[in-house]
Amino acid sequence: MATAEVAHHDHHDHHPTGLMRWVTTTNHKDIGTLYLIFAFIMFLLGGAMALVIRAELFQPGLQVVDPHFFNQMTTVHALVMVFGAIMPGMVGFANWQIPLMIGAPDMALPRLNNWSFWILPFAATLLMSSFLTGGGGPAAGWTLYAPLTIQGGMGVDLTIFAVHMLGVSSVLGAINIIVTVFNMRAPGMHFMKMPLFVWTWLITAFLLIAVMPVFAGAVTMLLTDRHFGTAFFDPAGGGDPVLFQHIFWFFGHPEVYIMILPAFGIISAIIPTFSRKPLFGYTSMVLAVAGIAFLSFIVWAHHMFTVGMPLVGEIYFMYATMLIAVPTGVKIFNWVATMWRGSMTFETPMLFGVGVVFLFTIGGLSGLMLGITPADFQYHDTYFVVAHFHYVLFSGSAMAMMGGTYYWLPKWTGHMYDEKLGKWHFWLTSIFFNIAFFPQHFLGLAGMPRRIPDYALQFTEFNVISSIGAFGLGITQLLFGYIVYKCIKGGEKATSEVWDNPEGLEWTLPSPPPYHTFETPPVVK
Amino acid sequence: MSSTPGSYYLPNPSHWPIVGSIGLFSLLLGLALAINEVNAGPWVMTFGGVVTVYMLAGWFGTVARESEGGLYNDHVGMSFRMSMLWFIFSEVMFFAGFFGALFYVRVLSVPWLAETDLLWPGYAGGWPTAGPAGAVPILPDTPVQEGQFSTIGPWGIPFWNTVILLSSSVTVTIAHHALKADHRAKLIIWLAITVALGVIFLFFQAAEYIHAYKDLGLTLGTGVYGATFFMLTGFHGAHVTIGAIILAVILFRVIAGHFSPDNHFAFEAGAWYWHFVDTVWVGLFIFVYVL
Amino acid sequence: MFRLEKVLAALTTTFALLTMAAPVGAETQRWGLNLPTPVSPIGHEILELHNWIMLICAIIFVAVFAVMFYSIYAHRKSKGHEASQFSHSTFAEILWTVVPVLILVGMAIPATATLINMEDTSEADLTVKITGYQWKWNYEYMDYGVSFYSNLATPREQIENKAEKGEHYLLEVDKHVVLPVNKKIRFLLTANDVIHSWWVPEIAVKKDAIPGYINEIWTLIEKPGIYRGQCTELCGKDHGFMPVVVEAVTEEEFDAWVAKKVAEQEQSSIDQFQLGTESLVQTVEVGALR
Ligand code: HEA
Ligand code: HEA
Ligand code: CUA
Ligand SMILES: [Cu+2]
Repeated sequence: MATAEVAHHDHHDHHPTGLMRWVTTTNHKDIGTLYLIFAFIMFLLGGAMALVIRAELFQPGLQVVDPHFFNQMTTVHALVMVFGAIMPGMVGFANWQIPLMIGAPDMALPRLNNWSFWILPFAATLLMSSFLTGGGGPAAGWTLYAPLTIQGGMGVDLTIFAVHMLGVSSVLGAINIIVTVFNMRAPGMHFMKMPLFVWTWLITAFLLIAVMPVFAGAVTMLLTDRHFGTAFFDPAGGGDPVLFQHIFWFFGHPEVYIMILPAFGIISAIIPTFSRKPLFGYTSMVLAVAGIAFLSFIVWAHHMFTVGMPLVGEIYFMYATMLIAVPTGVKIFNWVATMWRGSMTFETPMLFGVGVVFLFTIGGLSGLMLGITPADFQYHDTYFVVAHFHYVLFSGSAMAMMGGTYYWLPKWTGHMYDEKLGKWHFWLTSIFFNIAFFPQHFLGLAGMPRRIPDYALQFTEFNVISSIGAFGLGITQLLFGYIVYKCIKGGEKATSEVWDNPEGLEWTLPSPPPYHTFETPPVVK
Repeated sequence: MSSTPGSYYLPNPSHWPIVGSIGLFSLLLGLALAINEVNAGPWVMTFGGVVTVYMLAGWFGTVARESEGGLYNDHVGMSFRMSMLWFIFSEVMFFAGFFGALFYVRVLSVPWLAETDLLWPGYAGGWPTAGPAGAVPILPDTPVQEGQFSTIGPWGIPFWNTVILLSSSVTVTIAHHALKADHRAKLIIWLAITVALGVIFLFFQAAEYIHAYKDLGLTLGTGVYGATFFMLTGFHGAHVTIGAIILAVILFRVIAGHFSPDNHFAFEAGAWYWHFVDTVWVGLFIFVYVL
Repeated sequence: MFRLEKVLAALTTTFALLTMAAPVGAETQRWGLNLPTPVSPIGHEILELHNWIMLICAIIFVAVFAVMFYSIYAHRKSKGHEASQFSHSTFAEILWTVVPVLILVGMAIPATATLINMEDTSEADLTVKITGYQWKWNYEYMDYGVSFYSNLATPREQIENKAEKGEHYLLEVDKHVVLPVNKKIRFLLTANDVIHSWWVPEIAVKKDAIPGYINEIWTLIEKPGIYRGQCTELCGKDHGFMPVVVEAVTEEEFDAWVAKKVAEQEQSSIDQFQLGTESLVQTVEVGALR
């Protein structure tokens, strides 16, 4: 049969149809679509879990779930969002856009590309099947800290193996992206001509290859501590629970930039288009991304200020962490400078673009505050942290992906989306998002710890508000699903440029682009 | 689809990836069941293992046929080479995690435990150690009594294993030169020697593990020393096994007449992998055995 | 239970912070919108630091977005603004690299000073060893040999919504940690099973309790009173139900309390010993549990 494949390889009609088309596809556009759909399903699933959390926290007292299940919801909500929604979503964008942006016929290794995707649904199944085991799903937080994870049941083992699979998927996907960028650029597409989105993904892919294996190693140690008698995290045997945290955050901190850098890339595509001006400071943007990536490797212990590190360690990690504000600031300023004296219009993608810059900065500034060690002693493990990371993750990564979807959807489907509904989606999302998460800053400062199913009475008001906002936010996302569905089904025909004179190779192709593009490479001047 | 000469080869739709996913999924699900003493575990695992091997054989078989069929141009070859190097980099990072753990316990946490008199009175720390509640270390390579453990000294088998692996890196390079010069017989001999050296290494390693478990009281459960020792050397051993299998497969392909002086990516990839495994061993020899 | 004033105060504060028109301090603390009013030297330092970095962040935020929104307002296509095509300015780029660095230095200096202070546990007057358990705390006054467990005191019915919730719902325990005011108190933290974290916001102590290791931190309480906190490291099912209650008293009251505790503990161990049912070690533990 494999021989048949070779023999038939130049007949265009040898393609499975129906479901098998999607299962066996080696086409970057198909695979990109698969990634994006998977990510959206996971987003709803993770969001549904968040709504369980918010329902329980709506009022003091235990109403909806018991504490153990609450912890499982917190843990799996985060795992699903991080590894199921944000990361695959970003890879979906990479699959669709990178070949189009650099003038490549496809990804460098199309079969491997298929596998990177098709590992994901199986990994997700493995993770979710943990709920069917006696002890339930993992309940020690997405950070899986030892020794609490050592106590869990089979659900923890399933989680560990799911992480292994996710790791394989990410590493293979990242290798593919790096090789594509290095090896598949059209003639004349020099590195310093690549769209910023390609740059951010190149660097993100590097981060992925560097840290996912470390994470795999960390959970492997958990597994052997749980079942094979090793003592990595057991002080009686000479180990240290904090060792797990160091390894985890060596992965975990770069991981958060893995989730934000491609978002920066998307924003850097949107803002110039709707400002009708070239991106300001291209070179410094590239350098800033590289700088952020470099710094991300040397700041991990800012998540662990309270574990009792030596003083010099705390001071060092504080300074290194604060430094990240500099390259990130450069990016923010460059975006504002791109808008400055442009000729702006505010279609939905631009609304998301501006919204992300605005809201991400709130999260970035609270991040900076967290990085200041003595202050972090008060903020740590409170809702102040929860507020921080939802500002960077939801109104950073997730909203950037929404903006990116509106921006490229006409290109992908050949139809314009419903602009009016898109604007509704943006405004409802932003408003409900702030209602849900801004009050959490106050909760944290007032002393509400995170990861608790029930709270003292003085925290009631803000939790009520936060829960109302969360439910509004959740329902709004169903609107997003509807808009995208409607756009796929039909709508006003999109031109090949879609927007007003946007920059980039993808806009030279018809909308939707043919199944195979750039089979003869374009020449970039 | 396009196979016009000089253009980049894009493979047709393929079912190997989904087979691989099913294999990997069953393998890991089975393992999870097995370590939790669910009866179905080993069966699910075996199924997954068989499917995974089937996938590997089928997928690599397809690639080998495509390659021999002349479908890959240099551009594709470059993609393969880059991918292999980045893959090896990911493996390096995997080992880096375990080396990091070793350095952390040796340099930081064990000394801290030794300082914590309030909880662990009388614990002196030092290396090797099985922790304040674990067995007591004695001189290397010494038979032990109850409650003691001994480590494996560097200058016996580990030293010879170092010599073996380093030489195997040399032999594989000789084979590579032979391939480039189109000396098939020489190629086969030196490649076969490389594989044999790998197998000998594994044999010694196994003998040593048995010795450690039976005579030295050194097991996976011997505190943090046992944990780091067996996890590092164990994962290394697993990689030697994989590397040896890769080289063996390549040896068979060579015997079957595959590869040419300027088209032998698989050989190179196998050789790179072998050098990587070798380099990790040097790190192990220094930080696990000597220091 | 739901107080509208608090919500309005939050909105006003947010607004005030963003415009910096109103004094952000006492008022926001009263409504629980800022860190709680501290009662220890480090607590004051942290609050000051917090207000300072918060203010800088607010200024940066307002400045950056004033520019952005002005641009959005003025440089719109619908207003007929033509796009200019500049795409870099070395001067501007250097400026907005260097200025942030300087701002960061301005934050790092007070932060470093506070941090060094925080970590100085030397010359303490009193040492309390705290051990985290799933899910309770054990306190051991090392200088007096007093030791006891402290459990959540909120009744189950309140948690399950079968009874009216009390004023200190979830923040009340059967036995307070009694501590003297104006003494440098050193805490030694460890845990018995998983990692916990001992936190009392007002006295600015938060540190992880890690099994097998000992962490140190100190405080000095300036005012008598009751200060409540919680475990802040996820430690399993009842992580949300292991509060901390510190009772700060005058030195005399503290001495009296210690004397009483010591006597109680001796009495109970003698009782147990005379009964002859359990080993001495266990009796001390049991006595402590009472
Ligand atoms: C997309 C994800 C993302 C991003 C981008 C960030 C960005 C940052 N994060 Fe965040 N963080 C998380 C995701 C993210 N974080 C998550 C998930 C957690 C919790 C994990 C867990 O425990 O579960 C976390 C937790 C976390 C902590 C630990 C808190 C604790 O547990 O106690 C800290 C501490 O230092 C921190 C710091 C920072 C900093 C300094 C940045 C910086 O990169 C921000 C830089 C940006 C700016 C500063 C704003 C823009 C700059 C300007 C306008 C220039 C001018 C500014 C100045 C000169 C000040 N983060
Ligand atoms: C990666 C991105 C990401 C995203 C997008 C989100 C999105 C949301 N998160 Fe998440 N969250 C994390 C990452 C993320 N979170 C992480 C890393 C943690 C830390 C976990 C830990 O402590 O270990 C966390 C923890 C966390 C907590 C703290 C829990 C605790 O400490 O106990 C809370 C509480 O409010 C919360 C709420 C929400 C809400 C309301 C949303 C909303 O944005 C969600 C919007 C809602 C939807 C999108 C739902 C739409 C679906 C429906 C309306 C129903 C349809 C259902 C089906 C079809 C199945 N999150
Ligand atoms: Cu103890 Cu949380
Ligand atoms: Cu971080």
